[in-house]
Amino acid sequence: MKSNRSTQEPRWVRYSLMAVGLGFLFFFLGLPLVAVFVEALAQGVPAYVEALSEPETRSAIVLTIGIALAVLPFNIVFGVAAAWAIAKFDFKGKSLLITLIDLPFAVSPVVAGLIFILLFGAQGTFGPWLADHELKIVFAVPGMILATMFITFPFIARELIPLMQSQGKEEEEAAVSLGASGWQMFWRVTLPNIKWGLLYGVILSNARAMGEFGAVSVVSGHIRGETNTLPLHVEILYNEYNAIGAFAAASILALLALVTLVAKTIVEWRMKKETEMLNTVLAPEKTQ
Amino acid sequence: MVSKSQRVLPGFGLALGYTLVYLSLLILLPLGGMILRTAELGFGQVMDIALSERSLAAFRVTFGASLLAAMINAFFGLIVAWVLVRYPFPGKRFVDALVDLPFALPTAVAGITLATLYAGNGWLGRYIEPLGFKVAYTPWGIVVALTFITLPFVVRTLQPVIEDIEIEVEEAAASLGASRWLTFRRIIFPAISPALLTGFALAFARAVGEYGSVIFIAGNLPLISEITPLLIISKLEQYDVLGATSLAVVMLALSFVLLLCVNVLQWWTANRHKNTEPLEVAAGRAGGAQ
Repeated sequence: MKSNRSTQEPRWVRYSLMAVGLGFLFFFLGLPLVAVFVEALAQGVPAYVEALSEPETRSAIVLTIGIALAVLPFNIVFGVAAAWAIAKFDFKGKSLLITLIDLPFAVSPVVAGLIFILLFGAQGTFGPWLADHELKIVFAVPGMILATMFITFPFIARELIPLMQSQGKEEEEAAVSLGASGWQMFWRVTLPNIKWGLLYGVILSNARAMGEFGAVSVVSGHIRGETNTLPLHVEILYNEYNAIGAFAAASILALLALVTLVAKTIVEWRMKKETEMLNTVLAPEKTQ
Repeated sequence: MVSKSQRVLPGFGLALGYTLVYLSLLILLPLGGMILRTAELGFGQVMDIALSERSLAAFRVTFGASLLAAMINAFFGLIVAWVLVRYPFPGKRFVDALVDLPFALPTAVAGITLATLYAGNGWLGRYIEPLGFKVAYTPWGIVVALTFITLPFVVRTLQPVIEDIEIEVEEAAASLGASRWLTFRRIIFPAISPALLTGFALAFARAVGEYGSVIFIAGNLPLISEITPLLIISKLEQYDVLGATSLAVVMLALSFVLLLCVNVLQWWTANRHKNTEPLEVAAGRAGGAQ
């Protein structure tokens, strides 16, 4: 009891720190979150439902989900491949490779969109060739997928690299020495071990893919009903002073954010539980 | 493959090859292509564009607001992280999960919501504006948006470090007669300051590139409240591709310097942690814990 007291702040300090910290979170996180839904429902539920059933809002929802689904397999395959090479093998230039994977985090989303305009736009490197073959990449869906791929590139790899490094390679080596083929080892040993980390990365990269604004805005061309994702649609409605429509669309994205936070928390809890279980199993051996 | 007998596990060539090809095609070649594009202009002309009055004002607003937002988050983030790790209170897990909201909430949603809250008739604006302080559609609006967007960085980098502080060290300090404030200043703060700096740098780096949340609340007046990413887009919309590219390359160079700083800081944190470990253990022993 006594030692506990000596490492604790006086009561008034504790209460003031809690008031300042939680007050800050209330004004900067709680209030905006509540405001999205209050503004969306400001003119009642029927107006809200009507705003959401507009065909342009619906096609924006479909496109947003479509782009996120198109990007996901690329990110998963890249994340697993990069983590496998980096975590299980030693090679020269490994830390450089890890830094390069983080590169998109240091690039402004606007710049991420711009680089694809420079490659595939009318004055771009491949612009004339694409025009000759009547192919469209920027100001069309393929460009939006590319820009989203760029922005969400590091998410899954970043989750999997430290996880696979901490797991070591003994289990896989045992599987191979017992005669498992490469794919058998991957499906039966590696994948079950990394499934929660992979899911965590998928959740993060999906949230970013569905919510991305800057990069997609640059390459979209803003064609209503065709190249308008939900975040871009929010901007158009807001600039037309259609507050109900804008906040109704925004509330869908805010719900998505809440689902993301819940899913993330559950996965974090599962991962923690699994490592704790592993530690209690291994602990007696370690102390001997 | 046969010669490398120490490699028991399969798939190294395939995994690394795929990683390098994908990385090059999606990230490195497009970025390199952009940098090469500025070669058409030459260094002098790129600098002329970057140092024009409007660009300089945009850089000043972008970096100034980002610095302020990162500083606000460093101060409040430290308090929030401390409260979340050390003090029990009801609903703590909910609050802890909520800290990640800015990462999960699309930036456009944050932008329109903050603009509505701080506008003259908004929930917060109606109390702030009579005091003679305008937030929405001024550079202060940019600071508010960037503070929201980068809020999780400092909290999330500090939390594990505060959790790792061994309570025995604090007990030892207390038993040697140090006040709680002295213990914080001399023991706790030095232990967490590298992580605090890392969180600050991450927040700053993210804020500099931010676009979606800012444009709704900034007012976007050239020379006053126009950020660099917006200036890039408006140049692009006027078909001034080379102007946009020049600004983008200068921004990219500045971002790389920041990324380098973050990496050095993280390396420093890791090293420092290693170096201080024996001392902490010793202090822990002195405190009679082991």
